[in-house]
Amino acid sequence: MIEMNNVYKVYDNGVTALNGVKTTIDNGEFVYVVGPSGAGKSSFIKMMYREEVPSKGHVKINHVDIGDMKDKQVPYLRRSIGVIFQDFKLLPKLTVYENVAFALEVIEENPRKIRRRVMDVLDKVGLKHKARFIPAQLSGGEQQRVAIARAIVNNPKVVIADEPTGNLDPDTSWEIMRIFEEVNATGTTVIMATHSKDIVNKIRRRVIAMENGQIVRDEHRGEYGYED
Amino acid sequence: MKINTFKRHFREGTKNLVRNSWMTVAAVGAVTTTLVLVAAFLMLMLNLNQIADNIESDADIRVFIDLSAEEDDIDELGQNIGELNRVEEFYFSSKDEELEALVEDLGEDGEAWELFEQDNPLNDVYVVETYEAEDLAGVASTIEGFSNVDDVDYGSETVDRLLQFNQYARYIGITFIAALLLTAIFLISNTIKMTITARRDEIGIMRLVGAKNSFIRWPFFVEGMLTGVIGSVIPIALVLGGYHFLYINLNDRLNFQFIELLPWNPFAWQLSLMLLAIGAFIGIWGSVMSVRKFLKV
Repeated sequence: MIEMNNVYKVYDNGVTALNGVKTTIDNGEFVYVVGPSGAGKSSFIKMMYREEVPSKGHVKINHVDIGDMKDKQVPYLRRSIGVIFQDFKLLPKLTVYENVAFALEVIEENPRKIRRRVMDVLDKVGLKHKARFIPAQLSGGEQQRVAIARAIVNNPKVVIADEPTGNLDPDTSWEIMRIFEEVNATGTTVIMATHSKDIVNKIRRRVIAMENGQIVRDEHRGEYGYED
Repeated sequence: MKINTFKRHFREGTKNLVRNSWMTVAAVGAVTTTLVLVAAFLMLMLNLNQIADNIESDADIRVFIDLSAEEDDIDELGQNIGELNRVEEFYFSSKDEELEALVEDLGEDGEAWELFEQDNPLNDVYVVETYEAEDLAGVASTIEGFSNVDDVDYGSETVDRLLQFNQYARYIGITFIAALLLTAIFLISNTIKMTITARRDEIGIMRLVGAKNSFIRWPFFVEGMLTGVIGSVIPIALVLGGYHFLYINLNDRLNFQFIELLPWNPFAWQLSLMLLAIGAFIGIWGSVMSVRKFLKV
């Protein structure tokens, strides 16, 4: 469960990204975060994996305040959260398999378990047959599926995606969404910032709309609510 | 740490060295240059120390006793000297023993002095040794104040000057070595920093998926250590070869009993080991320093 109470974020350069945000996201929810560019979506999301800490207010993840969290504890928090980006962030010199296994290697999982988990998850995103390819040999949609595989290989409780379909064509985007729905169906919380009106309006879920660093709308099975 | 993890760190560290081969050459070069200079300084300094130590341990105070002193007076003087707390030991040497020693010291030239055996012009002497060479002057001047002392001699000028010279040499040497090491650390850290920018994404992803900072740091640790160790190969070869050459050619010519170079074995080996350790140390430090700023949470 993620709770935010009166969260403010002012960056060093004086920009106020979050201006008193209050919300609760329960386990297993599927949440879209929408709003114009610069509304604070990314900052909102970054709070959830402690890439940023609030300037004021409290962010609690499973009842632990990330503001009080020691630096040493952060890696353990991150292990329970999978993060996906618009630009995939894959390591170009590693194969598909290695990119996914990387997430388990750095947390010192045992090698036999790594092999099994990685092949399972590649199967789930439909890329088992391309395990030996390097990212440059894949299409954008395939690369994003590798990134998703990397994010979920550790069975995280929460998956956070920052505009995951931003670089993809519509058909590919639907494929990605199908994977997110499957992940969500197993009880994993999915939080996704997006600019895609089609996706939000078609796959109806909770919508949190942000403007000027504040939540201006929060509805279940909501609409995108902006013109593209 | 699990053995697999350790192997991984080692693999990653070596891979990075090979992948950024030109940067590796630059960093190794910096270590090599530094260590060659450090080795030269250390050789000089440690030998100077050794020479100074020899002189210091040889140095003693010779207390010349008044010719008019009676046996009781001499005993009393001995007691007084024995009570000084910085005196390590002392012994009495009669004028006959002194003459004998002088004749022996001078070798063939000394034969002329044998004529004096019947009428010995020398004084009886107390030879006094102090714990520290630095105490010589103080003890000597105290003894000078005792009665029945004709004169006190401890080679004051020579010893003082040598001690001072050695002190300065030590300070200058240490300053130089410290400056050299700092420069090398700076160079290595900068070199690795250049290669790090390329690895920034990798570090970012590692942190994102929950790698601990220590885990991220390890390959850099290995990389720095290898850089230092490789960088110390040439300096070590130079020390082992060069000091051998020096020792053979110089030691025989320096025919003074108190100026003697430290023997090649074990000195050259000890110095090599020291260079290896210093190399690894500056390599590790430079490398770990450069990665630090990418690890702030």
